[in-house]
Amino acid sequence: MSTVTLTARDGATGAVPSKGKISSWQLWGMILVTPYLLVFGLFVIYPVIYAFWLAHEPQSYVELWSDPIFQRSVVNTLVFLFIGINLKMALALMLSGFFLIQRWWIKALTVIFILPWAVPSIPTILSVRFMLNPEWGVINQTWFKLTFEDGPNWLNDPTLALFFAILVHVWKSLPFWTLILLSGRLAISADLYEAASVDGASKLQKFRFITWPSMKQLYFTSLTLSTIWSLGDFNSVYLLTGGGPADLTHVLATLGIRYLRLAQVDLSMATIVSALPLILPLVYFMMKRLSK
Amino acid sequence: MTTTVSAAPAIKRKRKSRFLADATTEAKLLLVGIPLFIWTMLPVYHLCLFAFSDKQSAFSGNWFPEKPTLRNFEIVFGQKHYFLNHFWQQLWNSVFIATMVGVLTLIVATTAAFAISRLKVRGGRTVLNMALFTYFIPAAFLAVPMYRTMAFYGLLNTDWALILAMLAIASPYAIWVLKQASDKLPLELDEAAIMDGATPLQLFRLVYLPLMAPSLVAVGTYAVLLAWNEYLYAFLLLSKESTLTLPVALGNFLSADDSPWELLMTTGLIYALPPAAVYYVFRKYMVSGLTAGAVKS
Repeated sequence: MSTVTLTARDGATGAVPSKGKISSWQLWGMILVTPYLLVFGLFVIYPVIYAFWLAHEPQSYVELWSDPIFQRSVVNTLVFLFIGINLKMALALMLSGFFLIQRWWIKALTVIFILPWAVPSIPTILSVRFMLNPEWGVINQTWFKLTFEDGPNWLNDPTLALFFAILVHVWKSLPFWTLILLSGRLAISADLYEAASVDGASKLQKFRFITWPSMKQLYFTSLTLSTIWSLGDFNSVYLLTGGGPADLTHVLATLGIRYLRLAQVDLSMATIVSALPLILPLVYFMMKRLSK
Repeated sequence: MTTTVSAAPAIKRKRKSRFLADATTEAKLLLVGIPLFIWTMLPVYHLCLFAFSDKQSAFSGNWFPEKPTLRNFEIVFGQKHYFLNHFWQQLWNSVFIATMVGVLTLIVATTAAFAISRLKVRGGRTVLNMALFTYFIPAAFLAVPMYRTMAFYGLLNTDWALILAMLAIASPYAIWVLKQASDKLPLELDEAAIMDGATPLQLFRLVYLPLMAPSLVAVGTYAVLLAWNEYLYAFLLLSKESTLTLPVALGNFLSADDSPWELLMTTGLIYALPPAAVYYVFRKYMVSGLTAGAVKS
């Protein structure tokens, strides 16, 4: 497509007689692109180069990789990604089918359903945090009223705490991905389903032979993008558990900040560089998909 | 079955089974809908519950406010608690920073998208790829380098540290969305303008900007919301009480063991309302303009 527009553009500029005009277009192009290049150079390139420079000592990596908290964070990150993303995307795929159904109350529910995505995450995550408070939280108080026993100390157990961080993450991002997949489902022609109904196809067959083949690419692109974004999810973990108890629920995104607070900047940078093998292939895949 | 039974009861039975089938479908739908509603609303409801309860009632584990009260809002707006001494200043900081990020992102991204898409500046493809690459690197991983860089530029603890950092994070996606949108404008417009002897700047101002208005609204909203919602960068780059934005002030409530959670939730509710309102007002633009760019299928 880009080649078509290119030749068309050449035709357009060709219509302009003087050659000086063409270079004035180029000149203005360069002037107009400069603001972004400045921003990019000063606030992206420079920090990145600086980060690599701070993380160039091999000693930092030896120290980082032998830190049990780092090892735990890598495991946590993988668990977070694996459970979080698959749970979220599978739910989004199913719910996108649900929101396709024509009912007045489902339409109303769509509007409400977007709320987690529309409100900032800090107040809602802190709200969940207090709900899970072992003494005063509404969950454990209800638990006590029903069973006359103290409820579990939810966020004091590393496994449970990480699990709740994943749930918060899913709560926040589910609406967005449901909307994306819903737009994918809406793009499928209704004729296909009608023809399948005439042929007596079951619901499952319709999904398998019509919906899934048309949605597959969108689904996997969404999965990749969602993986990248989940890797960078700082808020869900930091605001719910603070990395605790005993630094056992950190993920790579929060670990860098922890080292910064301990004034170990080289370890912080080494954490970021260590995350690159996970991020770059995904970014490469997305770039390939989008620059087609 | 129909052969053995006479016609009238058969129809009746059919109608009855039809009704039953409909009822079952509705019940099944509600079985999804009701849990989904509770799941979505629970944290938000809990937030509101606290905002409208006094401390006693909030901490007693009730699911409904005993005596709904506006006292918390009075305390927050009157800055009557030491956690809230700078509430209005912090609210203003949030507004100012979000607005500046929105305006600057629009300027930087519109000019870049125009140069790349319409003027076909040399190397435009490379600039676009760099922008995309920046967009895909999670911002959390750039935070620490950005913090050190801002310290180096001497901007720490000023509004501008956060504004410029958010500009760097918001503009790549903005450029991408605007470039996609401006590729769709017909070339004939440019040609006609050139024929009439328009300069690139006139083309930009008189043809390009008016046609791009819907996308500009979407991108501007995106940048404003991104800046308003940002926690990590704000808490790294700003640390003086009077320079904080609201989300950082909210996070600071956690530093004490006996935090006034009902006030925290009240402030949180006030902070969450503007973006929710903006989102619902611009929903049409946001969904079509932004989701289309996010995942091009």
